[in-house]
Amino acid sequence: MELLLQQILAGLATGTIYACIALAIVMTYLAIGHLNFAQGEMAMFSTFVAWQLIQWGVPYWITFLATISLSFLGGVLIERVVLRPIHNAPVLSHVAVFIGLLAILNSLAGFIWNFSVKPFPTPFGTAALGEGGFVSAHQVGMIAVTLVVLAFLYAFFRFTRIGLAMRAAAADPVSARLVGIRVDWMMALGWGMASSIGAIAGMMIAPIVFLEPNMMLGVLLYGFAGAVLGGLASPLGAVCGGLIVGVIENLAGTFIPVIGGELKFTIALVVIVAVLLMKPQGLFGRPVLHRV
Amino acid sequence: MSLPSDETLEAVPQPAVAGRMSPSLLVRSGFGLSALAVALILPLLTPSFLTFQLTLVLVYAIAIMGLNLLTGFNGQFSLGHSAFYAIGAYTAAILMDKASLPYALTLPAAGVTCFIFGFLFGLPALRLEGVYLALATFALAVATPQILKLSPLEYWTGGVQGIVIDKPDAPFGLPLNQDQWLYYFTLLVAVAMTIVATNLVASRTGRSMMAIRDNPTAARSMGINIALYKSLTFGVSALYTGVAGALGAIVVQFVAPDSFTFFLSISLLVGLVVGGVGWIPGAFFGGAFVLFVPNFAESLSKGLSGAVYGVMIILLIYVMPSGAAGLARMAGRLRHARGDRS
Amino acid sequence: MTALLEVEELRAGYGATQVLHGLSFSVVEGGVTTLLGGNGAGKTTTLRALCGMVARSGAIRMAGRSIASLSTEDIARLGVAHVPDGRGTFSRLTVEENLQLGAISRRDPQGIASDMRRIYGYFPILERRSSQQAGMLSGGEQQMLAVGRALMLRPKLMLLDEPSFGLAPRVVRELFAILAALKANEGVSILLVEQNASIALDLADHAYLLETGRIVFSGPARDIREDEKIRRSYLGY
Repeated sequence: MELLLQQILAGLATGTIYACIALAIVMTYLAIGHLNFAQGEMAMFSTFVAWQLIQWGVPYWITFLATISLSFLGGVLIERVVLRPIHNAPVLSHVAVFIGLLAILNSLAGFIWNFSVKPFPTPFGTAALGEGGFVSAHQVGMIAVTLVVLAFLYAFFRFTRIGLAMRAAAADPVSARLVGIRVDWMMALGWGMASSIGAIAGMMIAPIVFLEPNMMLGVLLYGFAGAVLGGLASPLGAVCGGLIVGVIENLAGTFIPVIGGELKFTIALVVIVAVLLMKPQGLFGRPVLHRV
Repeated sequence: MSLPSDETLEAVPQPAVAGRMSPSLLVRSGFGLSALAVALILPLLTPSFLTFQLTLVLVYAIAIMGLNLLTGFNGQFSLGHSAFYAIGAYTAAILMDKASLPYALTLPAAGVTCFIFGFLFGLPALRLEGVYLALATFALAVATPQILKLSPLEYWTGGVQGIVIDKPDAPFGLPLNQDQWLYYFTLLVAVAMTIVATNLVASRTGRSMMAIRDNPTAARSMGINIALYKSLTFGVSALYTGVAGALGAIVVQFVAPDSFTFFLSISLLVGLVVGGVGWIPGAFFGGAFVLFVPNFAESLSKGLSGAVYGVMIILLIYVMPSGAAGLARMAGRLRHARGDRS
Repeated sequence: MTALLEVEELRAGYGATQVLHGLSFSVVEGGVTTLLGGNGAGKTTTLRALCGMVARSGAIRMAGRSIASLSTEDIARLGVAHVPDGRGTFSRLTVEENLQLGAISRRDPQGIASDMRRIYGYFPILERRSSQQAGMLSGGEQQMLAVGRALMLRPKLMLLDEPSFGLAPRVVRELFAILAALKANEGVSILLVEQNASIALDLADHAYLLETGRIVFSGPARDIREDEKIRRSYLGY
């Protein structure tokens, strides 16, 4: 029983990473209406930028803010420059462009900063907390930051006019134009915000998974799974989904003999798919009623 | 804005009736036949390695055709086709390695196996839409290399090292070397499967598939059995990609788990978009792109090959947002606008 | 009587198909103008062309200012509220959020709040359902929501695309009674596109009849309503 509890808690701890990424993914989905494959690479690239600033002696929290701002600008630029020519193209063409972006960012990062693994500092210290030291101060700090971002997003979408305009633009661009919303700029704003959140996620998980161009590939999948499990409809769902994925992964690895270790990720996904089959809109998604 | 005059509205192509060919059908057949002629002559002129690459282009084309049937014509988004490719490849490899089955017979075996897997996967997938289906198929793609590496299965799969198979010789003592023979063999399969696919999408079944993609509620109310069609389409799609996988294994002479990762799924998707969603012949353009462009990118710049590849994908989509299919459609429209009514 | 909206030689279409072949009409300030016609006449295309939702050519002037090359959202910000066919409701957002979106381009919070109250006054059912998902409303309620949302813009010109479509006769009468009240109290000009000629003519001051992309009749609504010969030959009743 104690082992179970311990593993659950450890799972929650790793789950914070996935929660962070899941949040970024859901944010993108809410803002632009589809999934951005290049999300992980954008976050990775931002984290490298942060690392570079720190190497140049800029203090951590200033780097943090600067990276968030630069990522915001980067996201807006990508939407306005790279995505503008294909605004009217079919969805799958967008997917192909995202794949192209993914390839570019990954290759560029490797070229500029090479593929060796680099440590990334944490502002929260490295003390181990809790009974038996199963969770580090950094992980607690990570949860705190994630919750702050979550609260901000909730307030932004729920209580501000621009948040409402963004939701409308993503849900139904044609109707949004009819009420005077500048849909193109809402998209750009959404990309900027998603990019910033990705940067935060990257800076939070880099101290744990270490910084290298392929760092996101492993965890992105878990984050994606968490986002979908949570229902893609709410930031809160994303965070919960990410935490749950962490727990499932850990439990599978511990309690399913032999195969468990090799197939941790697969088992996590199988569980998620099973949940989706029972609740196709995810755990927190709102069922959408279609009036025929 | 310049609008066409009323008379061009009359230049609608007549449907091909027995005994009478419309001009556009003639032009399209002309293109197809000349492409086939070129394809037949090519390996006799090119060096072995290029022949080998062209064979792989055909293999990818078949795989992309499979993906097109599911995603392009039936609207079910799949990130998991690398799994079906892998199943086909391993089926062929295991049958050749352990059962000494002649290579030609592994194709139908791979096809049937993948059809079953595809159909079975398609059944629960019925409840999933869009992004959720993407996740499920994505899980499939990621799980496949991991399952192939599992220790209990090592006797069959060869574990991490995979299986090596022998390259077949040309039969009946034909004066062709191994690469040329494999090319013609693959070409034969590719042409046959293209014809089947083209007829499928033009038939009532094809129209039902597309109806399900465009408006499932309307399709259901017209009496189309959505569950059956979607699962069958999954099966057929998996069959195509599985046969491609088997061919790929024979051509490359080697299967190993890490050849069939999620990145293969992404490549097939890129190939699908480049060739044009919803246009069968586009698969050949997609296959060519996916094989040659990464090599080309690497030759331009070793360190930034990924970036060059990415840039090329993006530029291509800018110029042809609907892939090669879009170009073909534009060419067709220009012909009509010029009043081609002979 | 000044013209708020003036349209000359409007041509529009979808891709290779031209639908409108040179329409010229105008909407009088403060009045209701109706555009009648059967299926496929081009009524919806006309409204879409006015709002820049389809490729168009010709002169379109609003209060003397050309809007023929403006984007949809810029035209909306000039005070043109379009209630499209299909109603354009944001089905996953609440009723109240839909109404708020109507005013999203305005900057006067006091005015917006008082407008919201006034619109709930016209459509009490919306107030009762204000926190429900808009997609769950009935057809008639969604139509009211669409009109309410248009009013939240404080528009100078309202474009209504077949508001009676798919609604039961009683609901239609209720809706048009509200439109009549709006005409009297709000001072907003309305361009009403309708298939239901009789109810449109009761409300309108001026009428145009559209047939396969061309205007075949233009005159005061009263003339068509009262002149049996014109009515029968153009509208069949």
